Amino acid sequence: MKLYEFQAKDVFARHGIPVPRGEMVATAAEAQRVARDLGRCVVKAQVHVGGRGKAGGVKVVSTPDEAFAAAEGMLGKPLKGLIVKYVLVEEALSIAKEYYLSVVIDRAPKRPVMIASAMGGVDIEEVAATTPERIARLEIDPAYGPWPFELRALSERAGLDRAVCNAVADVASRLYGVFVESDASLAEINPLVVTEQGTIIAADAKFEVDDNALYRQQALSGFREESEEDPIEAEAHRRGVTYVRLGGDIGIIGNGAGLVMTTLDIVTRQGGRPANFLDIGGGASAEAVREALSIVLMDPNVKGVLFNIFGGITRGDVVANGILEAVGTMDVRVPMVVRMAGTRAEEGLRLLEGSPLIPAAGPVEAAQKIIELVSH
Amino acid sequence: MAILVGKSSRVLVQGITGREGAFHAGQMLKYGTPIVAGVTPGKGGTNAEGLPVYDSVAEAVASHRADTSIIFVPPPFAADAIVEASAAGVQLVICITEGIPTLDVARAVRFLGERGTRLIGPNCPGVMTPDEAKVGIMPADIYARGHVGLISRSGTLTYEMASLLTGAGLGCSTCVGIGGDPIIGTTFVDVLAMFRDDPDTEAVVLIGEIGGSDEETAAAYIEQTKFPKPVVAFISGRSAPPGKRMGHAGAIISGTSGTPQAKVEAFQRVGVPVADTLDQVITLLRKA
Repeated sequence: MKLYEFQAKDVFARHGIPVPRGEMVATAAEAQRVARDLGRCVVKAQVHVGGRGKAGGVKVVSTPDEAFAAAEGMLGKPLKGLIVKYVLVEEALSIAKEYYLSVVIDRAPKRPVMIASAMGGVDIEEVAATTPERIARLEIDPAYGPWPFELRALSERAGLDRAVCNAVADVASRLYGVFVESDASLAEINPLVVTEQGTIIAADAKFEVDDNALYRQQALSGFREESEEDPIEAEAHRRGVTYVRLGGDIGIIGNGAGLVMTTLDIVTRQGGRPANFLDIGGGASAEAVREALSIVLMDPNVKGVLFNIFGGITRGDVVANGILEAVGTMDVRVPMVVRMAGTRAEEGLRLLEGSPLIPAAGPVEAAQKIIELVSH
Repeated sequence: MAILVGKSSRVLVQGITGREGAFHAGQMLKYGTPIVAGVTPGKGGTNAEGLPVYDSVAEAVASHRADTSIIFVPPPFAADAIVEASAAGVQLVICITEGIPTLDVARAVRFLGERGTRLIGPNCPGVMTPDEAKVGIMPADIYARGHVGLISRSGTLTYEMASLLTGAGLGCSTCVGIGGDPIIGTTFVDVLAMFRDDPDTEAVVLIGEIGGSDEETAAAYIEQTKFPKPVVAFISGRSAPPGKRMGHAGAIISGTSGTPQAKVEAFQRVGVPVADTLDQVITLLRKA
């Protein structure tokens, strides 16, 4: 789950990480009010997308009227495809240096890793690609956390200004603290600004919470509704359905994440455009199938649905009955193809004969059938 | 030679009194898996599926010399169950549970590392050695014993692959589900090393997906060790968009890392063919 910049800064501030003075607002009038208190400030669109600066989502303004205009130009309008609901109005900083600092789960060492660089304010992936020697890493033992001496050494290896090494090490320690306490998968400060006065401030903040940990992050899980930018995905989350919207016109439902991903690949390769990923998991009951189908059909772009079921312990005939039952209680207006294999697949396919569902024994054949049907 | 689980394993089921644990314990027993006991804190002294239940792994190990454990404990308690098993001297822990917070897994892996306990998973279907032991949730009927080692991050896709191998008359030596989480106890390389040394395995099928760099590391390992047996790979998620978690917690393309293209290229560069469909895996195996 991604937090907005203003939410991330809030979390950071509560852990003693310095952030700029500022306030999140949802109207241009409010932006104007905040600007009155702050003087020279920055108006920043709050959207879950990178590169917003280049897209006009970050504007430095000198007067409250300018703040109003900047906010008005952003709010309610799309920025890189996402509608801007909030802007953050913050004091403008007098920037001497921009550093990079983050904590992220690194899968290879299976540990949290802290990353620091003197090359802040730019895309860290670009730094990694062009000048990787400018990036310093510290693998963190989850039993101990980082020792302060390790953080000071990290700052040094990153080539940070000696004068601020201790201050950076302190922020780094707090950043790790909030990472662990909030079950983050990413906590990033880019840039970590050294001001002309010599103080350090987190000028931007990115924070992602491990979805698996939301059950124990009550304070943060309230942000979930807001962080969903697609309404169907939000609804799927509410109903506990594993669903990702993709934008095409062929709805995809399957049992097993790898199986569903493969189904998307096959449909794409055959020239079709999947509308979504949806995994109903093991034990496809009629209830689960009905939930899945109703979520998929919420998407007005969907012109057909492809089921890909491999019966393991779950039997094909049980699934077929589940699908028939679900379809029988819903008003489905689009063609549906069911590919069924595995345990009792033949029985399942036989049960589907005579129903509006079109059977297919193989995934490629099923993909071709549904693509043909939706193109009419 | 059974690389992980076999006739001589002595298996515990942690979470045996829960719905999943009870059901799958029954299925495993039906297959002939040598399960010796179950563990559910608070239910010690009772019986489940005909097996004695203990309050702790330590007690179960003391009474039955269990060396393997399979975990069906819910996410909030699963990491503790993994660590408890390790602390009690269990050598192989197979964690089926999906949804464990990643930091919990990192901590558990750290603990197990000090003791040399092997963890498979979490968020995996388990390990199957056909005709010897099923320590997992896979549908037993579709498996046949053979000489193909199967390593996979997926669940259902693995069953489909196993089913195709059976249908093709090839069969599996051991089938290992390593799981779909971002941090897992056992990687592709770990299992490749086991298959390399296993006289019963003549070829390996590797099923990967988007996210992380385990496939790339496997490709490098295959090259560096001049891996002596043919490997065929399949990668799912080749059409997945970046930044979206595709079901598995570990199936996500983050920026430039974890892309399917990098994985396909890594394998192709070292001479490992990458199939476009599961059927094609069989074709490629036959050619190898």
